[in-house]
Amino acid sequence: MRTRRRFSRTVAFMIVLCVAIAALLTAWEGEGIRPHLAYSFSIGICCWSLTEGMRLVAAGATDGWRRWRGQPLSPAGFDSGWRGIVPALLVAVVLGPPLGMTVGDRLTGLRSPSLLHLEAAQTRVTVAMTVVASIASVFVLSTMERLSSARAQAEGAQRQAAESQLRLLQSQLEPHMLFNTLANLRVLIGLDPPRAQAMLDHLIAYLRSTLAASRAASHPLAAEFERIADYLALMGVRMGPRLVVALTLPDELKALPVPPLLLQPLVENSIQHGLEPKVDGGCIEVSASRHADRLLLTVRDSGIGLGGTGPRPGGGFGLAQVRERLATVYGARATLSVAPAEGGGTLVSIELPLA
Amino acid sequence: MTTMAPVRALIAEDEPLLAAGLRADLAALWPELEVVAQVGDGDSALAQALALRPEVCLLDIRMPGLSGLEVAQSLAEDWPDGVPFPLLVFVTAYDQYALQAFDAQAVDYLVKPVDRPRLAACVERLQRRLADRANPAQTLQATLGQLRSLLGANPAPAVPRLEVIQAQTGNLVQLVPVDEVVYFEAADKYLRVLTAEREHLIRMPLKELLPQLDPQRFWQVHRGTVVQARCIASARRDESGKVFLTLRNRPETLVASRLYAHLFKGM
Repeated sequence: MRTRRRFSRTVAFMIVLCVAIAALLTAWEGEGIRPHLAYSFSIGICCWSLTEGMRLVAAGATDGWRRWRGQPLSPAGFDSGWRGIVPALLVAVVLGPPLGMTVGDRLTGLRSPSLLHLEAAQTRVTVAMTVVASIASVFVLSTMERLSSARAQAEGAQRQAAESQLRLLQSQLEPHMLFNTLANLRVLIGLDPPRAQAMLDHLIAYLRSTLAASRAASHPLAAEFERIADYLALMGVRMGPRLVVALTLPDELKALPVPPLLLQPLVENSIQHGLEPKVDGGCIEVSASRHADRLLLTVRDSGIGLGGTGPRPGGGFGLAQVRERLATVYGARATLSVAPAEGGGTLVSIELPLA
Repeated sequence: MTTMAPVRALIAEDEPLLAAGLRADLAALWPELEVVAQVGDGDSALAQALALRPEVCLLDIRMPGLSGLEVAQSLAEDWPDGVPFPLLVFVTAYDQYALQAFDAQAVDYLVKPVDRPRLAACVERLQRRLADRANPAQTLQATLGQLRSLLGANPAPAVPRLEVIQAQTGNLVQLVPVDEVVYFEAADKYLRVLTAEREHLIRMPLKELLPQLDPQRFWQVHRGTVVQARCIASARRDESGKVFLTLRNRPETLVASRLYAHLFKGM
């Protein structure tokens, strides 16, 4: 698609340029335009073919080199930067005009003077025109191409960001969770309206924080724990006595900033993959503690553990997403580990730098 | 409604409020219905249904232990002959593939949250089916057909085919080419892997192994048994619909359940 657009743009540009040069020469020399057209097109096409040919050869060589070194191939196909252009331009400017003029001679039946014969004013004009036109055209075309490839790259990056955002939202507004919660709420409204109201408040807080999470860069650890408490309160209603919750957040750590919804996906994993599938349920413990200049956050569950069922469809995204966010915010200074918990279940630990 | 005998039901739903809600709604819509068991996981659902033999089973699809679909599959395989097979209603919060399969089928399904009019329609449907349930065998046959299409509707994740089974005993790992396996048999949390000469144990649930096998070569004949087709010598059907398989390279006789009996027909 892109290559075709590039091709038709180049052809259009070539035609305009060649016609313009032919018109200029006609005005200069005052003869008929047809031989000038023949020459300018011959030279133009020769220069163009040489440039493209050179670049294809260079691209092939680069890809071959990369393949040989085991590096990934460049997605753009060939090098649209200056490194690819300059040698191609030199070859085109040196070989294009004599070649094009020979072709032009054949087409018109005329005989142009040798280009090495620089005393003739005619030759000087032709050479100067060709050189200027070639340089100008290659410059214009490569600039156009670089602009469009930069635009395509920006579009790609934007699409990727949007997709990742969407997947994050989808993973958190998981339909199974949402509809089961609503079903519980529906029953509770009939049985126990005050409790239904409390549950609805938790659901509202949960939805609000999920939808807003992408906007803030960080929030206090206390807020993170409140969101987890909201989610676990919803799950507590759903799972009843099968779920036991313990949250530990020391007062002195409450104000520490953390990326929003950092722990949430881990807590949801513990519930969905650890405790919900377990017949007797179990407990989930979320805790924060300080070790010298490091903040340690842990999510431990007594669920079916890592060796249980494989990841559900769409599973594994939560953990990958937490890892990715840690890497973006803290680089190599943060660690995340997943291990079997003592006595069964799973333990996920995050260590963050405090400073 | 002309059924004289009381209609007994089993409710399998892991979320206590939802179970209570469903039970209360059913009581209002169908006072004659007696809920004989209310369970919160798949394994209890299967055990209780086999023990109490209710006429109606309402099964949540996603439950701890066996899923609702697996309970139905096991019921179809283990249901005693001569007793009418229960009418199954699946309950699900969101389960696209199952819903798609149901749409074409007659078994009812409910989507949570279940509203009263929808539940009333379901009750009416169940009552109609119970009233003209003259032929129990027909119910079972219909259910078997529905289950087959449901089980087939599970989207198989794109998993690469397994070529070699790695069976560990102590610190020795033995490599068994999949092609040499005569059959796999589920045994609790393990899987028995039987070749012509030997038997190995691996720690992999059948559910996980199955998508990695070529379905043309390896046939599931029972919820716990997968046989390599070219190793089956003969199939003999008994009057209850079960099929007994003899093997080429092994002395055992395997049982194919009713659910898979249709695989064995003369050409």
